[in-house]
Amino acid sequence: MTIFNTPIPATIGEFISLNTPDGGEVASLLSTTFWMIFGIAIIFGIYLLFSAGSWLIHKLFMDGRDKAKGYTSLKTVTFGDESAVVANRFASVASVIAVFFFWALATGSSLLGPIQLPAPFQGETSFEYTAVNAAGESDTATVNLLVHAFDAKPNMAAAEAKASGFAQNGALKIRERRTALLSSKKIGAKETEGFQVTHVNGEAITAGGTVDFGNGEVLLTPKGSLQVRPYGGMTMEALYLPSPEGVWKSFVQLNKEGYTNVGLWENVFWSLIRVVLGFALGCLFGIPLGFAMGLSNWFRGWFDPIVEFMRPVPPLALIPLIIIWFGIGEQGKISLLFLAALWIMTIAARAGVSGVNISKVHAAYSLGATKRQLLMKVILPNSLPEIFTGARVAMGVCWGTVVAAELVAAEKGAGKMIIAASKFQLTDIVIIGIIIIGIIGFAIEVLMRKIENRLIPWKGRG
Amino acid sequence: MSGLIIDNVSMTFELPNGGKVEALKNINLDIKEGELMSVLGPSGCGKSTLLNILAGFLAPTEGVMTLSGEPITAPSSERGMVFQHGALFEWMNVAKNIGFGPKMKGTPQAEIDAKVEELLDIVGLQDFAEKMIYEMSGGMQQRVALARCLANEPDVILMDEPLGALDALTREKMQSLVLDIWKKTGKTIILITHSVEEALLLGERLIVMAPRPGRIHKEYRLPFAELGVGADLREVKRHDEFGPTRDEILNMIWNMEEEIMGRAE
Repeated sequence: MTIFNTPIPATIGEFISLNTPDGGEVASLLSTTFWMIFGIAIIFGIYLLFSAGSWLIHKLFMDGRDKAKGYTSLKTVTFGDESAVVANRFASVASVIAVFFFWALATGSSLLGPIQLPAPFQGETSFEYTAVNAAGESDTATVNLLVHAFDAKPNMAAAEAKASGFAQNGALKIRERRTALLSSKKIGAKETEGFQVTHVNGEAITAGGTVDFGNGEVLLTPKGSLQVRPYGGMTMEALYLPSPEGVWKSFVQLNKEGYTNVGLWENVFWSLIRVVLGFALGCLFGIPLGFAMGLSNWFRGWFDPIVEFMRPVPPLALIPLIIIWFGIGEQGKISLLFLAALWIMTIAARAGVSGVNISKVHAAYSLGATKRQLLMKVILPNSLPEIFTGARVAMGVCWGTVVAAELVAAEKGAGKMIIAASKFQLTDIVIIGIIIIGIIGFAIEVLMRKIENRLIPWKGRG
Repeated sequence: MSGLIIDNVSMTFELPNGGKVEALKNINLDIKEGELMSVLGPSGCGKSTLLNILAGFLAPTEGVMTLSGEPITAPSSERGMVFQHGALFEWMNVAKNIGFGPKMKGTPQAEIDAKVEELLDIVGLQDFAEKMIYEMSGGMQQRVALARCLANEPDVILMDEPLGALDALTREKMQSLVLDIWKKTGKTIILITHSVEEALLLGERLIVMAPRPGRIHKEYRLPFAELGVGADLREVKRHDEFGPTRDEILNMIWNMEEEIMGRAE
């Protein structure tokens, strides 16, 4: 018997040492999580503070105008009566405005007019430095700085030569929010022995120390060079978060020109059609499977282990296997969505059958129905509410899965657009993609609810 | 031979813990065609089990039941059933619910329509043909259930506490309706109820069952059903024998329940 010759850990000690997590790593994970509590609390706190402000405005100017009408207004107990709690529309609108406000504020958007966080320094500035040589003589020169927008390519005049002295004038182009190094060799260290910068703008500086020159800081590196960091402001860079108007501009452009030769809506179309097809396949097989499991001992026993095993496996965990089996073509993605929808629909249909009141089944048989008639006229309509609940969940899961599957491998699709754009740091396209995915996911849910109300008016009223 | 015969029927359930419950023991009944019989008893006396066996939903562990000489082994449209909560099909309107049985048998639509109209008239729901079930009150739903059962023209109508969930006033109206239908159609009706007054009003023949094991305790022949047809039921309740009979049965059931409680302790 050589089957078990594979190296399983020889001793219990080995097994334990192999499978014991590093204490330091775990501690660091726990401490990170612990500090996140404060980070999350601060973000929530700011948002709630804003909410409190909005509430105050609402209280001052709108009080009483949107009071409950009709029967609810007569209820004296509303705290604790969930049915009396209605979303305050003013709050919803204010909340969305708040999100856009924070977004605009953090990105220095022009939408806010005069309300601006300090922006990063841009423009021309300069500082003076004083250096000594080996002989102990000192000399002063000027460094001109041109701080420009991230993607601008301005020309800058070379530094003016000085008439006398060993310290040379310098000139530096710096992108906003970035630092630049002025090598000591460029300002005299090459020619002058013992060249050492001692003062910036008249303030003494030592290696590792910094001096503020009004529009930023200068740091003296240990090797004697000057690192210049213009004032970075408090707003976020477009690379991390583009401003709302920037995203809108990209959206308009994306709408017109597409991205990587694929139109925005074509990408969305491909994602949607995959979801619809995968979901349809899942329904086609899942619903009969669920019915079979709900109606027959044999099928219940036969499929139970598979369904119960596959149900908790997230579809995303199957992506690697699906790619190995089917490649990165459409078949793989449709298969994945089929699997994502299949188990949900199976379980929904099974629950639908078990939800049929036994007295309805008895009534149908007593009225002379055959098994087939019972299935079509009683069990099927009676399980529609459960099937629809399952369909709503399945559509949501499929939509999430398709985006993830496209992130891994796709030619076209909303997820593919996002991942391609992220590789070129086109954050605006990534954000457009996220917003569209969110809106479509919400639209699917709303649409399914509409269809449900239309098809199953008796739901919840039996 | 078109009666319903219950011949020495017993029903023993085996519990998961190995114990046994004798839901019914040696029940013998001979129900004539057109008879209106009510069955009364404390909970656990097996009256619902008896009805389920009659309907063909359960097979007895011993004995046979025959309808017109044919043994009962499965549900059939000869034995219509009216359930406590209607068991109506919410996805159909009233007319389709009533026409369900004939439709399943492939009766032509025109015939079904005529039948549905006639039955709507009998149960007093002429204007509700197009209504959905969830738009109707409990009493109206029970009327639909009754009509749905009648549409199939069963030989026997089994009623499992059909009026139990209704308010007192609706219940009284429905009791009159049941008597009317009984008289008009001449069907055999077996009605299970918790209410002693209802059992007295809706039974030419009244069976009182006792629990553990479920058995027939006493049988009455009563005049009230016949008196109640087309009459004011409150008038019937003022009949000289009504009160004493009611009290006698109430005492009987009271004692049975006391006995059960005593055993439980």
